[in-house]
Amino acid sequence: MLRALLSDNLPRSRWLAAVLIVIVLALALAPFLFPGAKSLNVAVKICVFIVLAASYDLLLGYTGIVSFAHTMFFGIGGYGVAIALARLAPDWGAVALGTGAGVLVAVVLAALIGLFSLRVRTIFFAMITLAVASAFAILASQLSGLTGGEDGLNYRVPEALRPAFRLVEGDVLGVAVNGRIMTYYLVFLVSLALVLAMMRVVSSPFGSVLMAIRENAFRAEAIGYRTVVYRTVASCIAAAAAAVAGALLALWLRHTGPDTTLSFDLMIDILLMVVIGGMGTMYGAVLGATLLILAQNYLQDAMAAASQAASGVPLVANLLHPDRWLLWLGLLFILCVYFFPTGIVGRLRAARGRG
Amino acid sequence: MLETEGLTIRFGGHAAVDGVSCAFHPGTLTAIVGPNGAGKTTYFNLISGQLAATSGRVRLKGRDITTLAAPRRARLGLGRAFQLTNLFPNLTALENVRLAVQANSGRVLDLLGRASRHRDLADRAMAHLAAVALADRAAAVSATLSHGDQRKLEVAILLALEPDVFMFDEPTAGMSVDDVPAVLDVIAAIKARGDKTILLVEHKMDVVRALADRIVVLHHGQLVADGPPAEIIASDVVREAYLGGAAEAGHG
Repeated sequence: MLRALLSDNLPRSRWLAAVLIVIVLALALAPFLFPGAKSLNVAVKICVFIVLAASYDLLLGYTGIVSFAHTMFFGIGGYGVAIALARLAPDWGAVALGTGAGVLVAVVLAALIGLFSLRVRTIFFAMITLAVASAFAILASQLSGLTGGEDGLNYRVPEALRPAFRLVEGDVLGVAVNGRIMTYYLVFLVSLALVLAMMRVVSSPFGSVLMAIRENAFRAEAIGYRTVVYRTVASCIAAAAAAVAGALLALWLRHTGPDTTLSFDLMIDILLMVVIGGMGTMYGAVLGATLLILAQNYLQDAMAAASQAASGVPLVANLLHPDRWLLWLGLLFILCVYFFPTGIVGRLRAARGRG
Repeated sequence: MLETEGLTIRFGGHAAVDGVSCAFHPGTLTAIVGPNGAGKTTYFNLISGQLAATSGRVRLKGRDITTLAAPRRARLGLGRAFQLTNLFPNLTALENVRLAVQANSGRVLDLLGRASRHRDLADRAMAHLAAVALADRAAAVSATLSHGDQRKLEVAILLALEPDVFMFDEPTAGMSVDDVPAVLDVIAAIKARGDKTILLVEHKMDVVRALADRIVVLHHGQLVADGPPAEIIASDVVREAYLGGAAEAGHG
C-alpha cells in the first residue's frame, strides 16, 4: 500500500523517512498543532512550495532542464483563479474555470517554448525561458485592466473558504473549524495528491527515459527516444503542477499580484529548495521547501531571541541582530551546498550506504 | 537491405566520407577496415543519423532514410553500438538495458505505470545481460563497471534494441584478452541467426578473419576495395592502404 502510494520510490534512509513522516504529520495537523494566522500561513506556503519545488525537480533533477520560467507558470495559475473570481461570481464554478484555464494556458505555453527551444543547448534554453518569463511579468503589470497591474487583484473566494464559514458548531480540539481551515485542507490535500502523482511520473517508464536523457541525451536518441518530445512533455507536466500550485496560493491569499507569484526572487527560492534538498529525488523538494520557508519566516524571530539572550556580549548581540537574518540565511545556504553537494537527501542516503 | 549511394560528408573543404556506394545484406557480416582517419566511424554516423550527409542517399529496406533523425532510424531497425563507451553513467547496468528494451516495446509514453512493475521489460533486459555474461553485474551503476564490462554493456544495449541492422564500432577495443571471446561469441550468435545485417568496424585482423563474410576497405573517405576476406587481405591495395600501416593499426 505504502509502496504503491510512493510508486516504489522509497526514502531509502531511516533518517529521511523519519523527517518526512514528521513533515507530513505536522502539515496534516498544522491547524490543530500550530493554531494562529502566521503559522497557518507558513504551513500553506510550505505545501505550495513543495509542489513548486517538486515540479521544478522534475525538470532540473530528473530531465536536466534548466528553466527560469517556473514562476511564470505559477503566476498563470494564480492569475487564472484571481481573474475568474474577480470577474465572475465567487463560487466553485469560477475556481474550476480559473484553474482549468490557467493549467491549459500553462501547458500550451510550456509546449510551445519546449518545441521551439528545447532542441538548443541547456544554457540557451535557460536564457529563452528567462526572456519569456520577464516578458510575461512585464505583461502582467502592464495589462492592468485585466490583472490589476502592480497592485494585483483582490477578490472573494467561495463561501466555504471564507473565515466566517463554520463546518461544525463549536470547536474541534479547541479550534474553530472555519473557512480558513477548510482552505488549508484543500491546499494540503491537493498538494499531497500532486506530489504523489509526480512521484508516480518519475518512477514510470516515461520517468526512466527522462533520467536517461539527463544522463546521456545523445545515447537516448541513438536508442530511439526523441528527446525533444520527452523534454517537452516533462515541461508541460511541471508547468501544469506549478499552475495548480499558483491557483492554491491564490485561493489562500485572496490576493494575486506580481510579487506573490511572478517575482524573480521566488524563482531563486525554488532553485535553492531543489538544490539544497537534493536534485532528482522528489523528497529533496519536500525537505528543501520546508527548510527554506521555515528559515524565511522564523529565522528572524529566532535571532531576535538569541540577540536578547546575548545582549550582554557586545559584538555577538550585534551579529545576531534580527536585521542580519539574510546574512545568516546566506551563510546557511553556502554551508549547505558546500557540505551536501548532493543535497540533504543525497547526504542522508549516503550515510545509510556507509553504515 | 541497407544501402548507401554516393554518401558524402564534407567538413569545410575536407571530404571525410567521399562518395561511398555500398549495399549490405541480411545474413552477412561485413567488416569495414581502413587506417585511422579513413572515415569508418564517420560513415557509421552518416548511416545511423548522428551526422547529416552533405550529399548521397542512405536506404533501409528500400526506404530512403537520408533525412530522418537518429531516433527515427533506430526505431526503423538500425542498431548502433559506439566506439567510445556511451552509456547512461549513473543508472544501473540493468536500467541501461531496460531503457533499450522499453524503446523497442512501444510503451514509451507510459506516464503513470510503475516501471518497476514491468516485469517483462526487466526480464528481457536481464536475458540480454546474461547473453554478454553480465547478469551478475546487473545492479551495478554502469559508471562503476570495468572498461571491459562497459563494452559488454554497450553490446547488450544493442541486443536489446533487436535491430535488423547491427552496427558494431570496434566492439573489443581496449578490452582485456579474457573479455574478448564473450563479445565475439555474441556477434557470431547474431550472425548464426542468418537474417540480420551486421556491419563491423574492426582493426584486429584476427577478429575480421574469424567473423567477416566480406571486407570493405575505406581509405581517405573512399571505398577502395570490396570482396571476400581472403581476396581482400591478399590484395595490394589493402596492403598499401591498411596493412602498410600495420604499426599504426596495432595501437588503433
